[in-house]
Amino acid sequence: MRWRYFKQHSFFVIVRLAAFSIALAIGAFLVYIVVNGIGAINWEFLTQPPRDSMTKGGIMPAILGTFYLTAGAIIIALPLGVASAIYLSEYAKQGPVIRIIRVGVNCLAGVPSIVFGLFGLGLFVVFLQFGSCVLSGALTLGFLILPTIIGASEEALKAVPQTFREASLGLGVSKWQTILRIVLPNALPGILTGSILGIGRAAGETAPIMFTAAAFFTSKLPKSIFDEVMALPYHVYVLATAGTHIEETRPLQYGTVLVLVALVLGVDLIAIIIRSYVRKKKRW
Amino acid sequence: MQNNDIIIRTKNVDFYYGTFKALIDVTMDFEKNKVTALIGPSGCGKSTLLRLLNRMNDLIDGTRVEGEVLFEGTNIYNSNVDPVDIRRRIGMVFQKPNPFPKSIFDNITYGPKLNGVRGKTAQEALVQRSLEQSSLWGEVKDILKQSAMMLSGGQQQRLCIARALAMKPDVLLMDEPTSALDPISTAKIEELIAELKKDYTIIIVTHNMQQAARVSDYTGFFYLGELIEFNPTEKLFTRPDEKQTEEYITGRFG
Repeated sequence: MRWRYFKQHSFFVIVRLAAFSIALAIGAFLVYIVVNGIGAINWEFLTQPPRDSMTKGGIMPAILGTFYLTAGAIIIALPLGVASAIYLSEYAKQGPVIRIIRVGVNCLAGVPSIVFGLFGLGLFVVFLQFGSCVLSGALTLGFLILPTIIGASEEALKAVPQTFREASLGLGVSKWQTILRIVLPNALPGILTGSILGIGRAAGETAPIMFTAAAFFTSKLPKSIFDEVMALPYHVYVLATAGTHIEETRPLQYGTVLVLVALVLGVDLIAIIIRSYVRKKKRW
Repeated sequence: MQNNDIIIRTKNVDFYYGTFKALIDVTMDFEKNKVTALIGPSGCGKSTLLRLLNRMNDLIDGTRVEGEVLFEGTNIYNSNVDPVDIRRRIGMVFQKPNPFPKSIFDNITYGPKLNGVRGKTAQEALVQRSLEQSSLWGEVKDILKQSAMMLSGGQQQRLCIARALAMKPDVLLMDEPTSALDPISTAKIEELIAELKKDYTIIIVTHNMQQAARVSDYTGFFYLGELIEFNPTEKLFTRPDEKQTEEYITGRFG
C-alpha cells in the first residue's frame, strides 16, 4: 500500500519537475536577454541606422526590413495556404493522392530552414533573376510558413461543426457559398491564430533570408521590392560572427536580440489574446 | 390514391454505403399535402431514405443509389439535375437543432438572400411570415437581432423550421425533429406539423410510435433496409397487414 503511494507520489514529482523546468528555462532565457539587452535600448537605437562600422548607432533599417519581409511572407502564404486547406478539407475526395499531398505538406514543415534558403537562392534569386531582395526573401519565408498556415487552417476548418454545412446545403445553398459564408467565417479565428504564429516564425528565421534578401549593411531603406534589406535575425548573426569588433558590439547584439524576441513574443501574445477572446464568445 | 397527388415516388431504390446495402428495393409513394411517417428500429434505413429524397446522402463519400427517385415525375438522380435546385424545393429539418451562429433574423434570410430576395421590406416580411408559420413569431419578434444560440432547444428547432420554410419549399423532410426536445417543445412541433400540412408535404422520420400515430396520415414501417408495410396510419397501427409490423408496434422487438 505504502509502496503504491510512494510510486504515485514520485511520479507526480517527476512530471511536476518536468513542467517547471520548461518554465524555468524560458524564464531564465528571457531574464538573461532583458538584463543584457536593456542597456542598449534607447531612442537612437530604435530609430537610427548603424554607424562607425556598426559599432554604434541603431538598428532601424533591420527592424523595418524584418517588417517588410514578414509582411510580404504573410501576404504570399496566407491566401495560398487557406486556399490549399479549403481544397484539402472541403473539396478533395479523401484518397491516396490527398494523403500524399498531406504527407508532402508535413514534410515541408520538417525541412531545415537553410534548405529553404538554398531553394530560394536557386529559384528566385538566380533562376528567376529577382536578385537578393525583399521579394525573394518574402517568397522564401512564405514557403517556409506555408505548412504552418495550411495545418492551422485545416484544423480550423475541421472544427466547424458538420451540422452547419448540412444546414446550409439543406437550404439549397451551393457548396461554394456554404464554404464562403458559413465555414470560412467560423474558421477565421483559428486561421488567424495559426497565421500569426507563422508571422512569428518568419520574423525570427535567419537561414532562409541569408542568401535571398538580407544585406550585411545598408543604411538606405528599400525603395522597391527589388532592393536588399537588413533584417534583425541576420543582423544579430553579422554582429556576432562577421564584424571586426565583436567584443565592442556585444551590447548591440543583446539589444538587437531583445528587440527581435520582443517582436516575436509580441506577435505570439496577439495570437493568444485573439484565441482567448474567441474562446470566450465561442458561438457553438 | 390519385396518381397526380403523388409528389415524390421512389421506384425500386437500393442504396449502398460502400458495400453495405442500406436500402433494399424500396418503392413508395408520397402524397401531396399529407404527412408521411417513416418508423422502424435504429439502423433500419428510414433516415437513409429521407436523406436520399433531397440528395443529402451525396455528401457522404462512397454512397451509391440504384433505382429512381421521382420528384414531380423527374428522377432527381439524373445527371442533368442539380442537387442544389432539389434541396431548394425539398427542405430539411435535422435531428439536432442546428441554427447558424448568427442573429435570428439572419438565420432566416441567409438562404433567401442567396436566392435573390433583396430589400429590407421584402426580407422583414419574409422573416415575419416564416416565424409566424413556425409559431415562433410571438416569442422572438422583439429579439430578432439577438443570436439564435440564445434560444432554447425547442425554439431553435422551430427557428430551423422557419429557416427551411423561408425558402418556400414544396416538401419538408424532418429527421427525428423532436428527439432532442422536451415534451412541451415536442407538443408544439407536433401542432406545427398539423398546421403546416395545409401548405406543404411533410415526410417525418421518428423513433416515437405515438408521435407517428398522432401526426401522420400514412406510415411506412422499415426493417433491415426493407419497407415492410406502407399503409394509412390508422390502419397500420390498428390492423397491420404484416406480422412484423404488429410485433414492432406492440413493442415485442425493436
